[in-house]
Amino acid sequence: MSDATYLYAVARDALPECPAGVADLPVRTIGREGLVAYVSTVPLEQFGEQALRRSLEDMDWLAETARAHHRVVDAVAAATPTAPVRLVTVYDDDGHVRDLLDRRGDDFLRVLARVSGRREWGVKAYADPAAGVGPGPGASGDGNGESCPGPSASGGGGAGRPGTAYLQRRRASLRGREQVRRQVLQRADHIHRALSELAAASYRHRAQDPRLSGRHDWMLLNGAYLVDEGRDAEFAEQAAALGGDGVEIRVTGPWAPYSFTVMEMG
Amino acid sequence: MRDVVAEERLPPERVALVDLLDRLLAGGVVITGDLVLSIADIDLVRISLRALIASIDEDLEGSAGW
Repeated sequence: MSDATYLYAVARDALPECPAGVADLPVRTIGREGLVAYVSTVPLEQFGEQALRRSLEDMDWLAETARAHHRVVDAVAAATPTAPVRLVTVYDDDGHVRDLLDRRGDDFLRVLARVSGRREWGVKAYADPAAGVGPGPGASGDGNGESCPGPSASGGGGAGRPGTAYLQRRRASLRGREQVRRQVLQRADHIHRALSELAAASYRHRAQDPRLSGRHDWMLLNGAYLVDEGRDAEFAEQAAALGGDGVEIRVTGPWAPYSFTVMEMG
Repeated sequence: MRDVVAEERLPPERVALVDLLDRLLAGGVVITGDLVLSIADIDLVRISLRALIASIDEDLEGSAGW
């Protein structure tokens, strides 16, 4: 018994062919009651618990496995409603996968109905921390941009002493930074709300680590939006229109509905 | 100021790893029980990721990390 079953996704239909999966292994399907599980047979020496705990610490292994998992999920989701399963979900054997489909079939069907005819889009927004951010093009100005307190906000006397002046400047600069931070957060909320109105569902991922993204400006929004296929163009237009005034917008996708199939099942 | 809007319609092999990991480590159906392993202990992965990145990129100063 040296093999296990790696599960990528559960979908409605079986694809005639599927790209290779993790460790370049072939992908096959397990069908059950109107559901199809996409799986690979994987060797336990690579996908057993001990091996995985070690491998997951290895960035190259993680990247390669993530890409392989995505390659399969992406191909399946392009063809049929799909619920991706979290990276590295490994069963002892196919029997457990069949058992899962039997026990949780209704849950999967519900999830698939929710994502059917819809695609996930990612919208990331960035701002240059040094440059400040306005309320956005077309936003009704609420005066926030103007209310920045000048550096000469008068505190108690004693301005003649250099230490006091320093403290005052420092306090003003902190206030200024807090102000910019507030503006950025407001702008992010505004963008997210406007996009959510066009979407069936939305989700805010945490901001990406600059060391992973390679971008050292502020990521003010890392959003995911589940959009009806017929509204793709409208959504892209709206995303574009929300940029400007100090904010750069980047749209990614379409994605398999990773962010909208989050649920736990035992 | 860069106010460009860029659309990143990329084939799966060119998708940015960071965007992928957002979704693969925080999205999708999480299955518990009866497994060899699932990343239900996601924190473990996050932590090792962070440690890894820190060791890769040590000269990072003054980034806007909030």
